[in-house]
Amino acid sequence: MIDRKWIGHSLPTSVFAIERSRLRFFAKASETNPVYLDEAAAHDAGHPDLPAPPTFLFSAEMDSDLKMKWLLEAGVSLQRILHGEQSFTYHRPVHAGDAVSVTPRVSDIYDKKNGALEFIVMDTDVVNQRGERVAESRGVLVVRN
Amino acid sequence: MTNLSFEDIAVGTAIPALTLPAVDRTTLALFAGASGDHNPIHIDIDFARKAGMPDVFAHGMLGMAWLGRLLTNWVPQAQLKKFDVRFLGITQVGHVIRCSGTVAEKLEVNGTPAVRLQIQTTNQYGETRIAGDALVVFPKH
Repeated sequence: MIDRKWIGHSLPTSVFAIERSRLRFFAKASETNPVYLDEAAAHDAGHPDLPAPPTFLFSAEMDSDLKMKWLLEAGVSLQRILHGEQSFTYHRPVHAGDAVSVTPRVSDIYDKKNGALEFIVMDTDVVNQRGERVAESRGVLVVRN
Repeated sequence: MTNLSFEDIAVGTAIPALTLPAVDRTTLALFAGASGDHNPIHIDIDFARKAGMPDVFAHGMLGMAWLGRLLTNWVPQAQLKKFDVRFLGITQVGHVIRCSGTVAEKLEVNGTPAVRLQIQTTNQYGETRIAGDALVVFPKH
């Protein structure tokens, strides 16, 4: 069982530069709309640069490996985790050239089925280089014990 | 994409669906790199088998990215304010995923007309893999 002492724990803040090359890579892997792939199309659609698509900010939380490191520190193996839920609330757009700071926080840990399944709730604030909140995300990881 | 007007949207109507090519290992490899989720369970069959799985399987976030496409095919991304999903079942290699959505509710958020959509992904066996909601605003001009 995961030690409940971790509830309330904030992971260190990490800064993730939103780069065109990474956005293009993400678009290659999951998108076809030219607005996400091509600067001219992005400009025509009114964007200052390539926009980050709706789920891209999750990459900011993953990129530092801090989440993975924390899971291992908490005794959770990557073999046993499944993504249970994910949500985003959007406040401002994010484009290539921005940099976002993410600070994931362990909001809750609980279990079901007599501990056979544990759930880790993480809330993350995403703030841009101007100190403006661009989004919040909440994720629930399911741990199969 | 045509510019939709809030008045023309009726509760109960379906938004244009999106069907993806069958999930393959190349897609998982690219998505792992691009999304930053390098969990070997999505890319390394030896790791997956040691974990008790028959094969590698798709990142939940790949399905959510496809649902994001469903939404941005319908409206400009700036109109998307909330996007919430539950991952109900594993999307396996070989699954053909269809993303679909229905207008569930017309409402107002802070005085701005908005639409709540029910969205989901299903595979070729009719199994729902991801289910959730999106909130899309239609600011008055």
